[in-house]
Amino acid sequence: MIILEDVSKTYSTGAPALNNVSIHIEPGEFVFIVGDSGSGKSTMIKLLLKELTPTSGRIIVNNTDLGKLRHRQIPRYRRNIGVVFQDFRLLKDRNVYENVAFAQRVISVPNRQIRKNVPAVLSLVSLAEKYKSKPRELSGGEQQRVAVARAIVNKPPILLADEPTGNLDPRTSWEIMKLLEQINRDGTTVLVVTHNREIVNAMRKRVITMKKGVILSDRMKGGYIDEV
Amino acid sequence: MGYVLKQGFKNIWRNKIFSLATIATIAACVFLFGVFYSVVVNFQNIVKQAQSGVAVTVFFEEGLDDMRIQEIGQEISVRAEVSRIVYVSAQEAWDSFKDDYLGEYVDTFGDDNPLADCANYEIYLNDVSMQDSLVNYLSTINGIREVHKSANVADALSSANSLIAYVSLGIVAILLAVSIFLISNTVAIGITVRREEIAIMKLIGAKDFVVRSPFLLEGILLGIIGSAIPLVAVYVIYDNLVNYLISKYSVLNSILIFLPVEEIFYTLVPISLIMGVGIGFLGSLFTVRRHLRV
Repeated sequence: MIILEDVSKTYSTGAPALNNVSIHIEPGEFVFIVGDSGSGKSTMIKLLLKELTPTSGRIIVNNTDLGKLRHRQIPRYRRNIGVVFQDFRLLKDRNVYENVAFAQRVISVPNRQIRKNVPAVLSLVSLAEKYKSKPRELSGGEQQRVAVARAIVNKPPILLADEPTGNLDPRTSWEIMKLLEQINRDGTTVLVVTHNREIVNAMRKRVITMKKGVILSDRMKGGYIDEV
Repeated sequence: MGYVLKQGFKNIWRNKIFSLATIATIAACVFLFGVFYSVVVNFQNIVKQAQSGVAVTVFFEEGLDDMRIQEIGQEISVRAEVSRIVYVSAQEAWDSFKDDYLGEYVDTFGDDNPLADCANYEIYLNDVSMQDSLVNYLSTINGIREVHKSANVADALSSANSLIAYVSLGIVAILLAVSIFLISNTVAIGITVRREEIAIMKLIGAKDFVVRSPFLLEGILLGIIGSAIPLVAVYVIYDNLVNYLISKYSVLNSILIFLPVEEIFYTLVPISLIMGVGIGFLGSLFTVRRHLRV
């Protein structure tokens, strides 16, 4: 599903962000990527979203070699990946329904289909009754659930979550992680970049630990490594 | 497509002040263009009428036979400068002179024709600016005694018209540049306001077309609105002004023949709309290309 082969990325400033990183992630896996700031986690997300191009190495996602992807093919490629951010990135001037529908509108899904899909996904994240609310009327956890709904409404095979619990209290963080786990159980490959030690340790999933652009460890049913 | 249209209109509404400023500038540009266009087209019409009466007259050497006069007529009529040529015999010239100037004193001349040597060709021109080259040519023809060219009133009219056209083109060009700059700014602000939304669109996998077209549409809509308003204004002003002038100064009717408003607008409407849409499209395209690397 996701293959990184000897991937390195050096920014134009000369700072190396990733150094010969190789990762294989199978379809349907749930993987945590942990590490300090500056460890290369964000760079990896940007590479997977094709916002950046690696300096060397090869990235294959869903059988697509990103190095061979042309500029005009990028939008179609990105539809395979749902993304959730720490700061939710919701459109403040639109209600919950419109925020989720937005993801379908911009890829020209017919209205009839949108009217079916959006309520279904809102009910999956338990926000069906709040479809008319504006983001400012929601709690942090609810806003993140809207963001998750938006990320999965197009049914991407991969979901990337960049610090999804970074702005949430422990109880709400758990709710979000349970939601991601459920989405994973339904067949979506989930990659979660996080600092949240308790959650990583409790969930017993595959954990890839990074430091200064290299992989320090890659363990199935692993935990948060303290020395990083 | 529905999304693109909706966002295009929303963008205009979101930046109300800038949108208004842009519409006002385009409107000023198109209004001035419309006014200058109406003036220039009417002026051209007047010049054309004046030119159609401009003739060069050639007189023949004494005793030139009819055969040679006919030959000269044929040589002249094939010239590119010439629209038509009229032969005036000595008798016709005298009759015309008598009618115009002598009135009751005509009898003092009896049967004499003082203009016996004044048979001539009146040569009408295609374009008054060609008069000098034709006169030079005519002076070289054997059998021609004298060439009279017209006073250069039509020429002066033609120069004045060109001057008005150039000045108006200059002003319109400056206003066009200002309009494009303003549209560009308005769209740039729209892009800044919606930066977050654009970033999300890109991540979700919106195609370049979907990301860019609301902004292009915004520019085009501003252009259409900005050109439609002054067209209505010019129509009303022109129609009323011409009607007022015709009714108030009926003496002008023989000199100034105004073109009907429909005839002016038949050309002015498409040119102005194309201008408005063009300004809008170009202004937004520059900005979208510079600020919206998708």
